[in-house]
Amino acid sequence: MNLAYRDVRHNLFRFVLTCLGLSLLMAVVLAMIGIYNGLVADALNIVKAPQADLWVVEAGTQGPFAEASKIPGSTRDAVARLHGVADAGGITYQTVEASHAGDTLRLYVIGYQPGHLGGPQTIAEGRGITQTHFELVADRKTGLALGDRIRLGRDSFAVVGLVENTMNSGGDPAAFVTLADAQTLQSQLAPPAQRVQTARGAGLLESADTVAAVIARLEPAADPRDVAQTVRQWKHLGALTQDEQEGILIGSVVDRAKRQIGLFLGILLTVSAVVIALIIYTMTMEKLKQIATLKLIGAPDRTIIGLIVQQSLALGMVGWSFGLILILLFKDFFPRRVVLEPVNAAVLAGIIVVVCVAASGLGVRAALKVDPATAIGG
Amino acid sequence: MHGDRMPLIEISGVSKHFGEGDTRVDALRDIDLTVRQGEVVALLGPSGSGKTTLLNVLGCIIDPTQGRVTLDGELVFDGRWLRGDLRRLRLDKIGFIFQFHNLLPFLSARDNVALVLTLAGKSKVEAQARAAELLDYLEVGHRAGAMPALLSGGEAQRVAIARALANSPRIILADEPTAALDSKRAGIVMDLLRKLAAEQGACIVAVTHDEKIYDRFDRLFHLRDGVLESEEGEEP
Ligand SMILES: Nc1ncnc2c1ncn2[C@@H]1O[C@H](COP(=O)(O)OP(=O)(O)O)[C@@H](O)[C@H]1O
Ligand SMILES: [Mg+2]
Repeated sequence: MNLAYRDVRHNLFRFVLTCLGLSLLMAVVLAMIGIYNGLVADALNIVKAPQADLWVVEAGTQGPFAEASKIPGSTRDAVARLHGVADAGGITYQTVEASHAGDTLRLYVIGYQPGHLGGPQTIAEGRGITQTHFELVADRKTGLALGDRIRLGRDSFAVVGLVENTMNSGGDPAAFVTLADAQTLQSQLAPPAQRVQTARGAGLLESADTVAAVIARLEPAADPRDVAQTVRQWKHLGALTQDEQEGILIGSVVDRAKRQIGLFLGILLTVSAVVIALIIYTMTMEKLKQIATLKLIGAPDRTIIGLIVQQSLALGMVGWSFGLILILLFKDFFPRRVVLEPVNAAVLAGIIVVVCVAASGLGVRAALKVDPATAIGG
Repeated sequence: MHGDRMPLIEISGVSKHFGEGDTRVDALRDIDLTVRQGEVVALLGPSGSGKTTLLNVLGCIIDPTQGRVTLDGELVFDGRWLRGDLRRLRLDKIGFIFQFHNLLPFLSARDNVALVLTLAGKSKVEAQARAAELLDYLEVGHRAGAMPALLSGGEAQRVAIARALANSPRIILADEPTAALDSKRAGIVMDLLRKLAAEQGACIVAVTHDEKIYDRFDRLFHLRDGVLESEEGEEP
């Protein structure tokens, strides 16, 4: 007969309550992992969305995500004419605050040239942009609905389509507009000093038609590194392959988040370990007299260790399962996307097993030290 | 008249002291004691006189400071324990009955008894069957499925006795087995123990303060400051 199971069954209510408490902790750990994964996925989504092979940016920058990059709009035509380039499109990125339904809404506005690269990939609802002006395709997380109108700068935009899971690494949901609209918006929202300059005509041509990057899709036979090399011969331009661009993003944006969340995860796991150890220790201390009786009637140490370690593992595993269920139920209520891979849950399970066994050590030590004589007498 | 029966407990020259120097307590001083098959003996004495210590020595729970202990014909202590696994020794030879029943609260009456049988290597089916049989024998068969918390004091003590008897030990040690019971039930439990000793060829050593049950013992031993004096009975 399994003593651990019998004891749990006898104190079922308390055991379940303890498991619930632990599961909340597990849910937080899983949420942290999920948020980190979501962050990586979101950050990469924006880079992957245009399905480009090459990013042409301002020379000496790692734009447009990790650093600001500004190049003349005419670059698009120059890039499109390069040997091996199938298609090219100018693109801008800017974070814009707008008010909608009484709330302030932060949007990651992406300006692209309809008919070229850079537009939304899969429209979940509605349609893509067909007019040259004042149409907008937004991520669902904006809370905007088809047919809504929203003011950006001085113009009002109609929401014609919705996409999913498109946001920048800061979590601001994306809104696609035409490049022309985006450029207008950029000048409307520019700091006053710069607007004065623009009004005076200084660098008018250059500043009115700029893009953050030109993205290009190559012919199947073309090598992105060769084309990048060609682009770099224009001294004011730099070029990154898609792989380099993803690498930069992971290196800059994601790495910091990783260290931060990693540290937090470490703390949480330590807290969980301490909590589990305390629970197991208390559970053992309450049973010392029973353990002394077990020793007296002849139970071997293995029976007693089994009782403690099995309960500890049961606690950990039930806590983990409840935690997983909790997070799966509630992950869609998080402001950031929570992405949980089975391997994450499995690794956490592995860690919990190790923690539980280690935490039992304290209880096992106390149990093995107890004198069977304490079972005799009052 | 007991001379022809086999001695189950023989201790000679057993002393036990706790601590050293100023704090030294001589709990047992040079004790000789023989208890034979079928005998039911009582250990009496004021609090602190060494009764529990003697019982613990007999139960192989504490090490005597010196002396020899022979249990069921096997010399088990001679200045040191001669067996490595004392728990196994207890499982095989000794049954314990406590003042409080000390049943495991998370096991039913039957499983409390079956546990010691499975610990001794019996199969689950065998253990359950023998446990049921023992509970019937002690007239608590109808409570076999009950958890200890739901048993009355007398019932719980009888289940505890069934547990002590499960592996048919030849030596049964009891520390105030009737202290938690009223005199009627105490009498019933003592009669039961006598019957067991007679039927199973075992011996029983019980610590007690309970004068009402003195007549149920074959011999009474008095302990005073760790010295054992036989008071009544046929053997010195
Ligand atoms: N583990 C121990 N450590 C130190 N002294 C002890 C210990 N156990 C018992 N003693 C002492 O030994 C003496 C006998 O104790 P005990 O056998 O418990 O007496 P009784 O059961 O007759 O009341 C007492 O003076 C007690 O304080
Ligand atoms: Mg005592």
